[in-house]
Amino acid sequence: MAKTVVIDPITRIEGHAKISVYLNDAGTVEDARFHVVEYRGFEKFCEGRPFTEMAGITARICGICPVSHLLAAAKTGDKILAVKVPPAAEKLRRLMNLGQITQSHALSFFHLSSPDFLLGWDSDPAQRNVFGLIASDPDLARAGIRLRQFGQTVIELLGARKIHAAWTVPGGVRSPLSEEGRQWILDRLPESFETVNLALNLFKNLIDSQLQEEVQVFGAFPSLFMGLVSKTGNWEHYDGHLRFTDSAGNIVADHLSEDDYADFLGEAVEKWSYLKFPYYKPLGYPDGIYRVGPLARLNVCHQIGTEAADRELQEFRDRAGGVPTSSFFYHYARLIEILTALEHIQILMDDPDIVSNRVRATGGVNQLTGIGVSEAPRGTLFHHYQVDENGLIRKVNLIIATGHNNLAMNRTITQIAKQYVRGPEIAEGMLNRVEAGIRCYDPCLSCSTHAAGQMPLHIQIVAADGQVVNEVYRH
Amino acid sequence: MSVKTLKIDGIDIAIEEGTTLLQAARAAGVPIPTLCHLDGVADVGACRLCLVEVGGSRRLLPACVTEVAEGMEVQTNTPKLQEYRRMAVELLFSEGNHVCAVCVANGNCELQDVAIQVGMDHSRFTYRFPDRGVDVSHQQFGIDHNRCILCTRCVRVCDEIEGAHVWDVAQRGAACYIVSGLNQPWGEVDACTSCGKCVDACPTGAIFRKGSTTGEKERDRAKLEFLVTAREKHEWTR
Repeated sequence: MAKTVVIDPITRIEGHAKISVYLNDAGTVEDARFHVVEYRGFEKFCEGRPFTEMAGITARICGICPVSHLLAAAKTGDKILAVKVPPAAEKLRRLMNLGQITQSHALSFFHLSSPDFLLGWDSDPAQRNVFGLIASDPDLARAGIRLRQFGQTVIELLGARKIHAAWTVPGGVRSPLSEEGRQWILDRLPESFETVNLALNLFKNLIDSQLQEEVQVFGAFPSLFMGLVSKTGNWEHYDGHLRFTDSAGNIVADHLSEDDYADFLGEAVEKWSYLKFPYYKPLGYPDGIYRVGPLARLNVCHQIGTEAADRELQEFRDRAGGVPTSSFFYHYARLIEILTALEHIQILMDDPDIVSNRVRATGGVNQLTGIGVSEAPRGTLFHHYQVDENGLIRKVNLIIATGHNNLAMNRTITQIAKQYVRGPEIAEGMLNRVEAGIRCYDPCLSCSTHAAGQMPLHIQIVAADGQVVNEVYRH
Repeated sequence: MSVKTLKIDGIDIAIEEGTTLLQAARAAGVPIPTLCHLDGVADVGACRLCLVEVGGSRRLLPACVTEVAEGMEVQTNTPKLQEYRRMAVELLFSEGNHVCAVCVANGNCELQDVAIQVGMDHSRFTYRFPDRGVDVSHQQFGIDHNRCILCTRCVRVCDEIEGAHVWDVAQRGAACYIVSGLNQPWGEVDACTSCGKCVDACPTGAIFRKGSTTGEKERDRAKLEFLVTAREKHEWTR
């Protein structure tokens, strides 16, 4: 008899979701679905607010990556003001995003995902978390936590608080970096480099040995990749233009502007999830599947542009034997991006402009529509506002990084479930692998549905007749 | 001018006739929370935070509009008053849409300060979530009615100090709201001199400078006192 396994809630992710695994009459996996069960309504209640408040409001969407919203909202505001932000302000905004990429990726790798690799997929779930990691490898855990602290402190040094610092404004930023702040960052950089190199070596060894199968099974499929690249096609996280590449490394579309996103991105809706399904319009739904985030950013760029990161990027591509397409490589890509972020921070620290006081341009409402883009740790983030002549918001559309990966996440868990889930009696370790398929993407579901409530995994096994035959809840 | 003698919280006070209980208490160093009171403009007793107990009176009296009298015995901080004050602040929060996290006055808001002062950690009353608008038609300033507590400081400061009388209160009871001109968009009111005194007077983030973002509101309260002193005493000092 056909059955469905439900994993609800999914743990060690940011937000609430559940997974349904559909079994056919033979008891093997037919399909798997990732359901995002949150609803928030930010786009609606922002209507009627002054556009200048949008950074402050939308940052509250998320406690992990508020900086992404701060940046996208401010960049959208820049367009409504029709001003060019002062160079120092752009550098400071970049610095905050680099701090965020560091802290968010460190959280994803050390706190959320590494317990699976380091303690084992089938280890005791009660220990398979950051506390288990602290018990088994306190030095690594401490280094990871301090790396995240470094990124968070960069954010705090700029915006006066680690989370929800309402520091970016349309036209620039509110305050410069202090000389003491610059010095603190310089002092802590060497330790941060050391930690990321340690993690990179550790993870590369694991991929070459015990995690080889995961690379083959966790989301190894061809898809498009989307991300920002710089004018010269290098790695980018703040500005530049959008590029799509395919799994063979060919550029499918280039020099795309965020202003035209509606021309090349469509959003499909499925009744079983609050998370929309964006797709690349020219290929239609669902063939227009694409991925964003660390893996995509490393795949769309020609090179990174900093020495150590470029060396790692080359090794990454060599190790994958071409374009890395397995979603398991997201973890690897995340570590390379931390290294990239640290190198970019180092460069910015040596720029005298970084402590300039000229950081804010002012203006009135000069354009009634604005679309801003930034690379959040999880991928490309779009904010689209329409305002009235006085600057009150009429309409908001937010396309969130995690949303772009929705089709890919569904395909990934289906692939993993087909490999590991057999019959209605499901071992916990099997389900953990299915969950981990989602964790590859480090999804931020609070962001992507723009909910309130607890955070947690629910796997359901559903029979062909629709009957739920097994359910596992974990809170 | 005669002098009245009275007791506030047991402290003997001798003060000029015509002084309000609020002035007398402050002169004696006794703090009484206020929201609608603003030095330099007339008092209206709107917020009810300065209610005090006066011996011989069964009613609670607002200290800002009650004058001192001979032999008065005043209590400013009894458990009953503490309870009533907290309730008044809770009602203010439940009446409007006060979202501190994204407000221009966050961290620099008298409503927040008073909430902390009276020990309010939550509101026991159901939030009304009224449907109120934002007027940002003025070139420099905006008014967000969601954050307005109807203290009428803007009305008084504009009328009594600037002399422009742009602001007024429309409707009655729970439907009251502040209007500019003859209920026109602020940007269309000719009487407005764009002096910004209402921004300085507003205790919350209701009236703000356009372009201000979370927690960015600053007030130059001393300017109001400067203007009053300049006009009344012909002393231009700050």
